[in-house]
Amino acid sequence: MSVILNLRRLPEFTYLAPKTLSEASNLLQKYQGKAKLLAGGTDLLVRMKERWVVPEYVISLNKIGDLDYIRHDEKEGLRLGALATHQTVANSSLIKEKYRLLAEACGKIAHPQVRNRGTVGGNLCNACPSADTAPPLLALEAQLKLVSSNGEKLVPLSEFMSGPFTTILKEGEILTEIQVPDLPPRAAGKYLWLSKITEIDETLVGAAVLMTVSSDGICQQVRIGLGSVDQTPIRAAKAEALLQGHKVSPKLINEAARQAAGETKPRSRPEYRREMTEVLVRRSLTQVVKELD
Amino acid sequence: MKQVITLKVNGQDHEVEIKTHRTLLEVLRETLGLMGTHEGCNRGDCGACTVLVDGDAVNSCLMLAVEAEGKDILTIEGMGKEARLHPLQQAFIDYSAFQCGYCTPGILLSAKAMLDKNPHPTVEEIKEGISGHLCRCTGYTRIVRAIQSVAEKGR
Repeated sequence: MSVILNLRRLPEFTYLAPKTLSEASNLLQKYQGKAKLLAGGTDLLVRMKERWVVPEYVISLNKIGDLDYIRHDEKEGLRLGALATHQTVANSSLIKEKYRLLAEACGKIAHPQVRNRGTVGGNLCNACPSADTAPPLLALEAQLKLVSSNGEKLVPLSEFMSGPFTTILKEGEILTEIQVPDLPPRAAGKYLWLSKITEIDETLVGAAVLMTVSSDGICQQVRIGLGSVDQTPIRAAKAEALLQGHKVSPKLINEAARQAAGETKPRSRPEYRREMTEVLVRRSLTQVVKELD
Repeated sequence: MKQVITLKVNGQDHEVEIKTHRTLLEVLRETLGLMGTHEGCNRGDCGACTVLVDGDAVNSCLMLAVEAEGKDILTIEGMGKEARLHPLQQAFIDYSAFQCGYCTPGILLSAKAMLDKNPHPTVEEIKEGISGHLCRCTGYTRIVRAIQSVAEKGR
């Protein structure tokens, strides 16, 4: 998305700061098509300055409270409030211990000042094809809780983004929570990426791998999330199928990496991105297997 | 749309009437007259607008002023005075860690936030801590050394 304008001032808008989720949802419904939700603001304010979006109403989620939690138990797994910032996720000892690949991804987004304000929920709802939170959360088979005045529903992340910067969020729906199941004991994950060389180092190719391996080296489950190699972040399902149920070997890893590269449809720089997908998938699979040994 | 808000900046409360589309950066400079926070890229890439909000470094160009109500804001003016410089400010002088000075307030504040949380960072951690700042003059080396000198004191 190239910059069309870079104006110094934001466009004017009516600012609303509801105190409850239902109030926010009602406002969002009331001002359908004319309102934007504000979380950390690190994506929204830039897009507004560029005049990509010019909402009449900006509805802040920041006065509602208790939307930024990080909780875990064995039964429910991980429950992440949508307003948890990238830095709190990156710093969280719980996430570093149990879902390290997510902490790795959140810890590389932009730079500290952006991470201190930017949120996981905002990153998903902005739906940039290179969104760093997406490949790990896809590999973790995350579900998203969407709340509206009609109730709540759970949507798999794999169905949430429908195209570049487009989600399936309907009018009045607010993403409030990201749910990740508890992981089996012999599971390990990794997020590797290559950056574009820019001020904020957006991801050029991102590969997230989650694998469970039995004690005799059979891959029981593997999930590969890829970012910035298609219209949305994707899973490399065919590469996963090559590995699943088989004994993991360097040869099989190479095959799976090659297969994963073939499943990409990069929007730009396709040859380089495909080649780097193969490299990163191979490296992350190798590292994960080594960790599980 | 105008709103009256109270901003706590450098320990002092300021009641201001502002339009809601103004960023914290704009209000700090244009309403409160605190010119030490600088506008660079205005899109959260360069770090010149960095201030501390509740102890965390943020890009004030990407924060609405109305969203800063109820928070503790620290600008460079609150970090030290000429008569009593913060150790980081003194270190920047001692190590010649600035030239034009445009990026400097932001970097000092990020460094302060970093050291307040992690008093003895490694060089890698220092570089990560200032990764949200662009400096066209110095090449960063002296900046890192200056921060390192403060980090290593009191070991």
